[in-house]
Amino acid sequence: MSRAPAIEVRGVTKRFGDVEALGGVDLVVEPGTVYGLLGPNGAGKTTTVRVLTTIITPDSGTAEVLGLDVTKHPQEVRASIGLAGQYAAVDEVLTGRENLELVGQLTHQPKSTIRARATELLERFDLTHAGDRSLKTYSGGMRRRLDLAASLVHRPPVLFLDEPTTGLDPKSRNDLWDLIRELVADGTTLLLTTQYLEEADVLADRIAVIDRGTVIAEGTAGELKSQLGATVLEVAFPDDAAAAGALATVGAVVAGAETDGSLVRAPVHDGARAAMEVLRALDDASVDVSGITVREPSLDDVFLSLTGHRAEEGDAPPDVDDPDRGGDR
Amino acid sequence: MTTTADDALAPVAPAVAATPASGSKLRWALGDTLALARRNLLHYTRVPQLLVFTFVQPIMFVLLFRFVFGGTIDVPGLDYVNYLMPGIFGQTVVFGATATAIGLAEDLGGGIIERFRSLPMVRMSVLAGRTGADLVRNTGVVIVMFVVGIAVGFRPYSVGGVIAGALIVLAFAFSLSWVMALVGLKVANAEAAQAVAFPLMFPLTFASSAFVPVNTMPGWLQAFAAHQPVTVVVNASRGLMLGPEAAAKLEQFGTFTTSTGSYVLQSIGWIVLILAVFVPLSVRQFNRT
Repeated sequence: MSRAPAIEVRGVTKRFGDVEALGGVDLVVEPGTVYGLLGPNGAGKTTTVRVLTTIITPDSGTAEVLGLDVTKHPQEVRASIGLAGQYAAVDEVLTGRENLELVGQLTHQPKSTIRARATELLERFDLTHAGDRSLKTYSGGMRRRLDLAASLVHRPPVLFLDEPTTGLDPKSRNDLWDLIRELVADGTTLLLTTQYLEEADVLADRIAVIDRGTVIAEGTAGELKSQLGATVLEVAFPDDAAAAGALATVGAVVAGAETDGSLVRAPVHDGARAAMEVLRALDDASVDVSGITVREPSLDDVFLSLTGHRAEEGDAPPDVDDPDRGGDR
Repeated sequence: MTTTADDALAPVAPAVAATPASGSKLRWALGDTLALARRNLLHYTRVPQLLVFTFVQPIMFVLLFRFVFGGTIDVPGLDYVNYLMPGIFGQTVVFGATATAIGLAEDLGGGIIERFRSLPMVRMSVLAGRTGADLVRNTGVVIVMFVVGIAVGFRPYSVGGVIAGALIVLAFAFSLSWVMALVGLKVANAEAAQAVAFPLMFPLTFASSAFVPVNTMPGWLQAFAAHQPVTVVVNASRGLMLGPEAAAKLEQFGTFTTSTGSYVLQSIGWIVLILAVFVPLSVRQFNRT
């Protein structure tokens, strides 16, 4: 017998004035798994998270966390969830410890537990040295770690991370990824939103691609990638004319080659082998090459192949995902 | 899912109580309010600019009206400094009320209210913690202004009168905090909060009896100035702090249009009315935001 899903969203819609932020979102997240919600700015990721964390109520549809309806039992849902994200919801003026203790107080834990839990979390998140300093002195990575720690004060079994690594440097991002992996190893169910395919790939068991308020693809990272043609090979030439001239040579080695300015691009399966074969063919034809890149498909590639449009910010309704400026007050 | 003590990241289900045990609902509300009030007060102790705005500005007003303008303002039957100080208390808390709007607008913009909303706390304590902290701050400011007043020659009638007069001013300040809470929830940021609050607070403060007797103003302005809440509250506080003898003189010269007792009752009326209107409006706006 399978366990009930940790998160279940059915046909959720939400409008902010004239803007349809969610146009019928469906999601099922199994307990103890990581679910990635992948999409560009304004796709509806944050709105979905805000519905699930009881911050806003959906216009229609149902959303349940641990079998509890978010509109009928918001207080019960709140007791079981944690929320952290790109808008690091921490108090800049307070110290790290004070921030954690405030969450402890607001979740009505005993005084002794609150102190011990704050100490424990500061230690676990490598912030003990900064625990008694104001957050104004924290780096972006430290702030994000404290934000994550604050969401864990009451040990919630379901955690929501809204773009947890947006704007972080690679080192801080990797540190945060490690922490997230450990969290999940301990049994936490995690719903994570991201703009980075790589992040969803690294962390999530299943991924939903969301665009303009609806889920347009769903599956494991592997399933999505095979749908997308896996790896992208890009060969750079000195100018557009050289690229156009070399297209036939490249096209003879790998199928589906296209020019893009001074680039020739092709989806390939075995990147290293394809790169070698293409370079050999170009060398035989005495064509000058300025560079060659083998890369994972980006969110842009995903979107291009799924929707036919690029995942540019300008595509999305402006700011509907942005709680700072959205028309959703 | 079980938890071991040495594992900081392990979850428990359910994590914490969702609703208070019967009988402890009030304790939750009070605890949440105190936790948030403490947080808001810590801001005042750590952000020097906030303190400057809170304390230095009213001290400037005391010095300005006591030593610069004061010589030309004649209040029949009374030293101007004694007339001035209750007005300063009123002006200080009216201007200070803007801080409630700014604080809430900043919290909304910064995202921390999103976290509060996702916690199983008593929601209204976000507002109560804010207005409660501002009441504590106002109490501190009134005490400091009282000491400054004594230093520049303010001589109240009795300790009891001073305490009663201060309580009226502080209760009024608390009611204004709820007006400003609504402003803070309606606008997008701190600057907008200030822009809305200033044109509201400025005429209330200056077209009042705070600095000059209302009966020196033109008739059309008197109609507003004599009855608006700042005048009523300042005169109630004035009557209580300066004592019955001074109040009788003020009434005799037309500076007071009614007795201290009547001003006190009117003040209580205004305070109750403002709270009755703006507490529900603010709570509703907060739940909607």
